[in-house]
Amino acid sequence: MGGIVIVGAGECGARAAFALREKGCNGSITLIGAEPHLPYERPPLSKDGVKEQVQPKYVADAERYATAGIDVLTDSPVKAIDRVAKRVELVDGGSIPYDRLLLTTGARARTIPGTDDASRRVRTLRTHADAEEIRRELLPGRKLAIIGGGFIGLELAATARRLGVEVVLIEGLPRILSRAVPAEIATVIAERHRAEGVDIRCDMKIDRIDADDAGVHILLANGQSVDADLLVVGIGASPNTELAEAAGLMIDNGIAVDATLKTSDPDIFAAGDCCSYPLCHYGDRRVRLEAWRNAQDQGTLVAGNLLGADEPITSVPWFWSDQYDLTLQIAGLADGAATTVRRDLAGGAFILFHLDDAGRLLAASGIGSGNVVARDIRLAEMLIAAGKRPDPRALVSPETKLKALLAA
Amino acid sequence: MSGNWVEVCAADEIDEEDVIRFDHEGRTFAVYRSPDDEYFATDGLCTHEHIHLADGLVMDDIIECPKHNGRFNYKTGQAKGAPVCVNLKTYPVKVEAGSVFIAIA
Repeated sequence: MGGIVIVGAGECGARAAFALREKGCNGSITLIGAEPHLPYERPPLSKDGVKEQVQPKYVADAERYATAGIDVLTDSPVKAIDRVAKRVELVDGGSIPYDRLLLTTGARARTIPGTDDASRRVRTLRTHADAEEIRRELLPGRKLAIIGGGFIGLELAATARRLGVEVVLIEGLPRILSRAVPAEIATVIAERHRAEGVDIRCDMKIDRIDADDAGVHILLANGQSVDADLLVVGIGASPNTELAEAAGLMIDNGIAVDATLKTSDPDIFAAGDCCSYPLCHYGDRRVRLEAWRNAQDQGTLVAGNLLGADEPITSVPWFWSDQYDLTLQIAGLADGAATTVRRDLAGGAFILFHLDDAGRLLAASGIGSGNVVARDIRLAEMLIAAGKRPDPRALVSPETKLKALLAA
Repeated sequence: MSGNWVEVCAADEIDEEDVIRFDHEGRTFAVYRSPDDEYFATDGLCTHEHIHLADGLVMDDIIECPKHNGRFNYKTGQAKGAPVCVNLKTYPVKVEAGSVFIAIA
């Protein structure tokens, strides 16, 4: 009896392990992670975590794993999956049998080729160790360059400004957040960063990057150059698919799974950042999401399926970012929207609702101070899940409660 | 006990199936009106990351944190699963002469 083995001890793997017990699993559960820590939450790493946290924010303490009967192996990178013998082979020589295997191997930060320098002045931010190393460099008066105007780069920029660090942010496309956020919201975010003193330069191509003990020198294609003490590259993440690929599992922009998160091997499942899956509510188009909430939702659902529940994932994508006192929340995917309407809330906050040509709500993106958009975004998520076609005029009017539209 | 009752607001200032934030002497509370028109009170901050629950969504007897969707039964304070695992403290509530009062220990 091999029990259930989970490879990848992040948010998703940990959630799945606890959910297995909550759903009545009596067998052994082994959670294997390559990092030296128990599973911790990654979202704080680019926010307060890079400012003050000395310890990671753990998903659960050691006692809770012990109480739930979950064996956690830290510092244990996996070498291979033997699908015939149904065993997971560890780099340190260990070998663990499984009945069912869950891959929650996550993603890793993309890097710019040729920038691995001995001076360690070019970094990425993905792990607690990365955050610790970056934090040590974020001293008042220092200069930080960031390549990539995505969420990691922007959140780090906000945190660095709060620490009195000069920040230059270099984006290759004409605006920040072009992949994730409507232009109207990206503008609010960019203006706020500029008001806080971040030097944002969009539409910039990089010619070369030189780094040594004295600093980092970035030469841009337009002839400008940027000198900094530290460069953090935030240009997205790649799924960790190598183990799955070597084991012969199907790969398609991540470990390819079906709606129940099963891979091409019926005894192996995958969940979280590492997998691509058919997205319900959006014509089953194949997506891979890098998001905390998705890790939670898929971790919870896959636990049941490891036990034979055979349930499809039906969650609506949901995402948030914090920068300064601003919080952005997004529910759904806006691609293919035919109409966008705006609902203004108190204090300059607003929500954009994106509808398709049949009037179905596809997505809602909101920004404002604190959590003022949260309740309406949550209700929008429920409207999307219910396939509702709300009257755009009702969405615009702040007097209309979205809860009432849900009941309609 | 009676000395601990603090007036929160008029009863009709909280919509049915909704919540408001109430700050008192440096503490923050969340005061709820259930769909069946009963009133309840809990600590105001989520036990996961100190977020004001009053910005969250009330559905039946559940309050959902606006940040990470941690869920609690606001009638009992019980945490309803990940990412929250610590229960919310609850407080007695009464409605008198059209006003809501909570008993702050």
